[in-house]
Amino acid sequence: MGYTLNFNLIWRHFDKLWGGLLLSLELAVISIAIGIVIGLVLAVWYVSAGRVVRSIIAAYVEFIRNVPLILLVYLVFYGLPTVVDIAYSAPTSFVATLSLYSGAYLVEVFRSGLEAVPRGQLDAGKAIGLTPWQRLIHVRLPTMLRITLPALSNTFLSLFKDTSVASVISVPELTYGAQWINFNTFRIVEVYLVTTAMYLVTGYVLLFGLRLVERRFRAAR
Amino acid sequence: MSNASNAALLDVSDVSKAFGTVEVLRAVSLEVKRGEVVTIIGPSGSGKTTLLRCVNFLESYDSGSIRIDGKEVGYRDAGTRQRRSERDLAAMRAETGMVFQSFNLFPHLTAAGNIMLGLRKVRGKSEAEARQIAEHWLGRVGLAHKADSLPAELSGGQQQRVGIARAVAMEPKILLLDEITSALDPELVGEVLAVVRSLAEDGMTMLMVTHEMAFARDASSRIVFMADGGVSAVGPPAEILAAEASNERLRSFLARFRASHF
Repeated sequence: MGYTLNFNLIWRHFDKLWGGLLLSLELAVISIAIGIVIGLVLAVWYVSAGRVVRSIIAAYVEFIRNVPLILLVYLVFYGLPTVVDIAYSAPTSFVATLSLYSGAYLVEVFRSGLEAVPRGQLDAGKAIGLTPWQRLIHVRLPTMLRITLPALSNTFLSLFKDTSVASVISVPELTYGAQWINFNTFRIVEVYLVTTAMYLVTGYVLLFGLRLVERRFRAAR
Repeated sequence: MSNASNAALLDVSDVSKAFGTVEVLRAVSLEVKRGEVVTIIGPSGSGKTTLLRCVNFLESYDSGSIRIDGKEVGYRDAGTRQRRSERDLAAMRAETGMVFQSFNLFPHLTAAGNIMLGLRKVRGKSEAEARQIAEHWLGRVGLAHKADSLPAELSGGQQQRVGIARAVAMEPKILLLDEITSALDPELVGEVLAVVRSLAEDGMTMLMVTHEMAFARDASSRIVFMADGGVSAVGPPAEILAAEASNERLRSFLARFRASHF
């Protein structure tokens, strides 16, 4: 086995990886932001809605959770424009997909969080004369966010890794950058070692930052 | 019993409620006049807490009528039993204060923040004004130095005093106290009862459920004994808590109570 590691070619094309990493982060951040909005709105709607709305929301959640992400990406990027008259770039299409994807997981996270808010707190909100909307904004959501923060950071971390799926529709994120370097230099071991290290380090930094945020909020409980 | 010249502030008449097939309230009637402290005692499961929760409509009731200051609670009128709008209910609940057995402070808000929420959002006070009122009431319950503490940083007795301050800061017409010392360690009960006593001396109208018989005897204008969802006896403390009460159920309740508490 006379393979000797040579990272020179990787460093020469490192901008592909670095730019890819930044794009991966951007895709994850935008998607979770939209996903949080979807998740919050649907979760609040779910807990206050009747059976019909509940089953529609549940159907969305079940659909997303039972279809592999890569298939969803294909469906939205290749499938949808052939059926409906819309056009979008690959990154836009991917963000839309990942937002719907994370939204479905977050509906579940937020719904269980909302249901975990102690009834006594809601009673206290009623007793001082808050309207249902005020109780939601000032009592239920703040407590729910504290309860769900750990699950929220875990969702974000896996979403960051899931951005690698965007490579299948040629979005130039980190994994796509690695593939590009591999095809052009054939340094497969080196490029995937470096890429793995980049995912790992970024993941740890994110985890550390999110745990700090969580601790701050936990202290405030 | 009702007296036109001195109409009751709270008038509960013939209120019944069932959870499924279990009747928790059976034609309960009672009155609380302005400035009175009325205490409800009775064995667990007798409907005391449910009755209290009907007064500010945390629970609905099936029949009868509850009026505060002549205004029907919960329903537009006793006849049609059409439920009030959520906005109406919120406005009515703001006129009654409630203190809970489990404190139920908002965990994300400081002691002052807990008191200010209703003042800001319901009473429409400015931040500065609400803060001033909150500090005033925290001073009254002996917690001026804890204004910026979170509930998790307070003892049970301190949390409950914040709970009381949160309720009275809204200047309710009547204060409902639901077993407010039951979740406290024995050594913390006294500090909470002292606050209630000082509110009573100020003339605050109160309806409370308690197991603190000594406190009920000293602080109440009248005591209501509930059993099996109904009012079994009403009268001044001396009469109700007398060892030789004429009411059979009351006598056995007090005997059992004395056996377990003294």
